[in-house]
Amino acid sequence: MLDTSGHPTHLPTAPGVGYKPQHFQDILENPAPVTWLEVHAENYMGDGGRPLAQLRHLSERFPISVHGVGLSIGGEGRLDPDHLARLKHLCGWLLPASFSEHLAWSTHDSHFMNDLLPLPYTATTLARVTDHIDEVQEALGRRMLLENPSSYLAFVESTLSETDFLTEIARRTGCGLLLDVNNVFISATNLAVDPRAYIDAFPLAHVGEIHLGGHDEDEDDHGAPLLIDSHGREVADPVWALLDYTLQRSGPRPVLIEWDADVPDWPVLADEARRAARALERVAA
Amino acid sequence: MSVCQTSFHDALFDRTTAVPPGLCDGVGQPAGRRFNVYRNNVAVSLTEALEHGFPAVRSLIGDENFKKVSGLFLLQTPPSIPVMMLYGQEFPGFLETFPPLSHIGYLGDIARLEQAQREAYHAADSGSVAAETLARLSPDALAHTRFRLAAATRLIRSCWPIYDIWRFATMNGAPKPAALAQDVLITRPEYDPALHVLPQGGAAFVAALLAGNTLAEACDAGASDAEAFDLSAMLSLLLQGGAITAVETED
Repeated sequence: MLDTSGHPTHLPTAPGVGYKPQHFQDILENPAPVTWLEVHAENYMGDGGRPLAQLRHLSERFPISVHGVGLSIGGEGRLDPDHLARLKHLCGWLLPASFSEHLAWSTHDSHFMNDLLPLPYTATTLARVTDHIDEVQEALGRRMLLENPSSYLAFVESTLSETDFLTEIARRTGCGLLLDVNNVFISATNLAVDPRAYIDAFPLAHVGEIHLGGHDEDEDDHGAPLLIDSHGREVADPVWALLDYTLQRSGPRPVLIEWDADVPDWPVLADEARRAARALERVAA
Repeated sequence: MSVCQTSFHDALFDRTTAVPPGLCDGVGQPAGRRFNVYRNNVAVSLTEALEHGFPAVRSLIGDENFKKVSGLFLLQTPPSIPVMMLYGQEFPGFLETFPPLSHIGYLGDIARLEQAQREAYHAADSGSVAAETLARLSPDALAHTRFRLAAATRLIRSCWPIYDIWRFATMNGAPKPAALAQDVLITRPEYDPALHVLPQGGAAFVAALLAGNTLAEACDAGASDAEAFDLSAMLSLLLQGGAITAVETED
């Protein structure tokens, strides 16, 4: 689907990858099987130079997903109007096919912590996140996707499950959801719940994009497994299995491979995307 | 037992603070070291941002020292906005006043040179004026011209051989720095910042241009700083670097 100026308004139901500048030439010369790209919004908020020129060039050939990591939608304070304006500027010239952000907070008292921090799920936080998403969608003039977090701990005060929280957010704000299957696997392992039960409870009809990435393994004080969302290696086999389980229920969706640390050469990343393509073919067949 | 974001934030930045009660694992036991995942994520990601931004400083003081000093810096000066590409503006000053490193007199200026290159890399694009444009002006008009310089233009003045030290720290086989003062001009001809060691009087000249003075005034500044000031050498440096984006004549 294209808008009036010829820009795609939806991501293709096909594999995409998180764009890394070291892959610029490879992507132009030999992108298959990758058909769309995702960029972290905050890396393209400079005034000019090579990053913006490359992104402009890529956007002429590929649908682009803008993925924010700094808006702090789950923050107790108000959204940073300057940052919202930066996002509006980026989406304004790039006209991305999708904009997404996280169910998390990252800024407190003007300190940006460069990490996605967790929040409790209560009536209070539900109302606050709803207000923030309303504000984002209003400011950007578009529907956004909200991503489920990877969790290393829980809040005693939570009264809602994460899936109920996200269901209610989507219902109240009309936003879509970005389902990170690796995050589901990490959180379920870390909090001792069944990842398939999480998928069963997730409002899959609202899912506009799926994320996959690699994780590391550690353990907590009691020797229980503690998985860390590192995006620094191949997607683990049980996460691929959980993707199959998800796609069987959701139907085909745009699937993205995230590889942000120890970034491999393009053929390795393209192989991961090929594996996602096969998973999509299995549900299309 | 609710956990406010202030107590979560404070415990992230102070490892001597207890993990906030009210955080637990999946079966209700206290979160314990699970909280350290967030502490590590914050410290590691901010340290990596500084490592990426200041490779010459890192090479000069070594990985371990760099981790230590950046770990202290990020506690004192965490990013104030979610855009990390220029995080570390205060790092040069911090290095200069940090007692274990303050004996390395040039470290702050090397960090300034690296920060200036990051700024130049992300600065706004601009077209540049060709040499013919200047050649067409009469000597009198040229004297009263003001240059608009590209947003990427940076001038770093130092009493240390900062260009030689920077090159020595970042390039294999670079010669050892000699003991002399170096002023460096950064231009960005296309997308890659280019460093130029300025001849005598060059920094005074560029500083005057950056301050919005006319060419004649900038020339005076260069000449009064150094008798050997060479205007034509400076003009070709600026033109080749694409640093002059517009000429504004008085009429």
